[in-house]
Amino acid sequence: MKKAAILLLAFCAGFSIMCFELLGGRMLAPFFGSSVYVWGSIITVFMLALSIGYLGGGRFSLYSPSINRYAGIFLVAALTLLPTIFFSESIFEFVFERIEDPRYGSLAASALVFLVPSIIMGMIAPYSVRILTVSADSSGQTAGFLYFVSTLGSAIGTIMTSFYLVLWLEVNQILWLTFGILFAAGCIALLVAKIDGEQTVSDS
Amino acid sequence: MSRLLIGIFLSLLSVSGTAREIDKERSIYRNVVITEEDKLRCMRFETRRKKITNQACIDLRDPERLVFEYAHGVMAGYAINPQPKRILIIGLGGGVLSKVLHQLSPQAEIVSVEIDPVVVNLAKKHFGYEENEKVKTVVKDGRVFVKRALLKKEKFDWIMLDAFNGDYIPEHLMTKEFLAEVKGLLSDNGVLTANTFSNSRLYDFESVTYQKVFGKLHIFQAPTKGNRVIFACNCSSFESFPDAPKELQSKVSRYQVDLKKVWGLISDTVDWNTESEILTDQYSPANLLKRLD
Repeated sequence: MKKAAILLLAFCAGFSIMCFELLGGRMLAPFFGSSVYVWGSIITVFMLALSIGYLGGGRFSLYSPSINRYAGIFLVAALTLLPTIFFSESIFEFVFERIEDPRYGSLAASALVFLVPSIIMGMIAPYSVRILTVSADSSGQTAGFLYFVSTLGSAIGTIMTSFYLVLWLEVNQILWLTFGILFAAGCIALLVAKIDGEQTVSDS
Repeated sequence: MSRLLIGIFLSLLSVSGTAREIDKERSIYRNVVITEEDKLRCMRFETRRKKITNQACIDLRDPERLVFEYAHGVMAGYAINPQPKRILIIGLGGGVLSKVLHQLSPQAEIVSVEIDPVVVNLAKKHFGYEENEKVKTVVKDGRVFVKRALLKKEKFDWIMLDAFNGDYIPEHLMTKEFLAEVKGLLSDNGVLTANTFSNSRLYDFESVTYQKVFGKLHIFQAPTKGNRVIFACNCSSFESFPDAPKELQSKVSRYQVDLKKVWGLISDTVDWNTESEILTDQYSPANLLKRLD
């Protein structure tokens, strides 16, 4: 039960991050165009964010790891999306007025708007590994299966967003959807922590 | 039904495997190819698809002839604003329109915005496109250029949107916000001519978006091709399309443009679904809509 829940949550994180990344292109286009370097900026920022997130998530998992803290990562990730929803346009405008070159403009704008939420989302994968790992022997298999699930989530997030969601919904509505998914995932994690906590108590 | 027929006709026309490649250059976006076939020299983006869209063509036997039907329609813009001083063209192609407008309005400053520097090179090399103090090219994304020009409070008397003839539609150049920015660049009585699509689901969405921003529209429907020219104006009244200025026919004859025929293809009939959603920066799935029917 706990394992299945963690895998589902990792799937949601993978889904959300690619959904967010694809929307990035849509959001930047009115200010910086949709040239290849705009996508270059977005992908650079997301990859950088994920690498920092993996590092940070791994570190964070060293200090009394718990599902409650795990839930916290999801909730914080959801909250960091809110400035994107409300202020991204003003931030892009601010950058547009100051940086003439659309390459560095789009890079700076992406960093300001996308970096923080995607760092937090990147923390989820290593923390999930920590929660699921029961022994050093099986840790490779645990990590492998977890990457499988979360990357599958990313693939599905990518195809859903680019093929369907942009046809059905507005950009901000999709961002709210992503917010909702992460927030719900956080709540589910809290619930799991509660049930799991009770079980641990009854086990002992 | 008629749209279907046009579609079939188009695909018959565009399947041509025998064109000789005379030049090819790679850009960060794609390979741009120059082909020649039956004395017709064209620029196209390299594709493995059967359906080929030419970005620009000239007739080597009669280099002044305007090969594309929509370009004939564009000439009607002179009826709305006979003496443009500043002209903006978004999407250079072979620079054919810029060249013709420069000949017709030698005093006007003509700025062409083109995203792909290789297209500019090939336009100069194979289509006789020349820059001078009146004819300028800016290598930039159209939306970015328009936003910057707005900041600088620039004005244009005629804006031509011509960035849509290809496999991929720049979705950020189809939205209400973009058109409002373009309108902001138009001087009083400034005219907009947009070369766009007339088939696929996109037709309704695009039409209502233009209507929302500009109000009254007039449309030139290309007789055999699946595109049209939308005319909009930053003027107080645009209810009827003005007659052709008297001297215009004699000026455009050298390009083989027949104004009577052009005017016959202009109408203000609203033949799209006015209930359709408009395209915005928040909602602009133009490429997905284009695939639908």
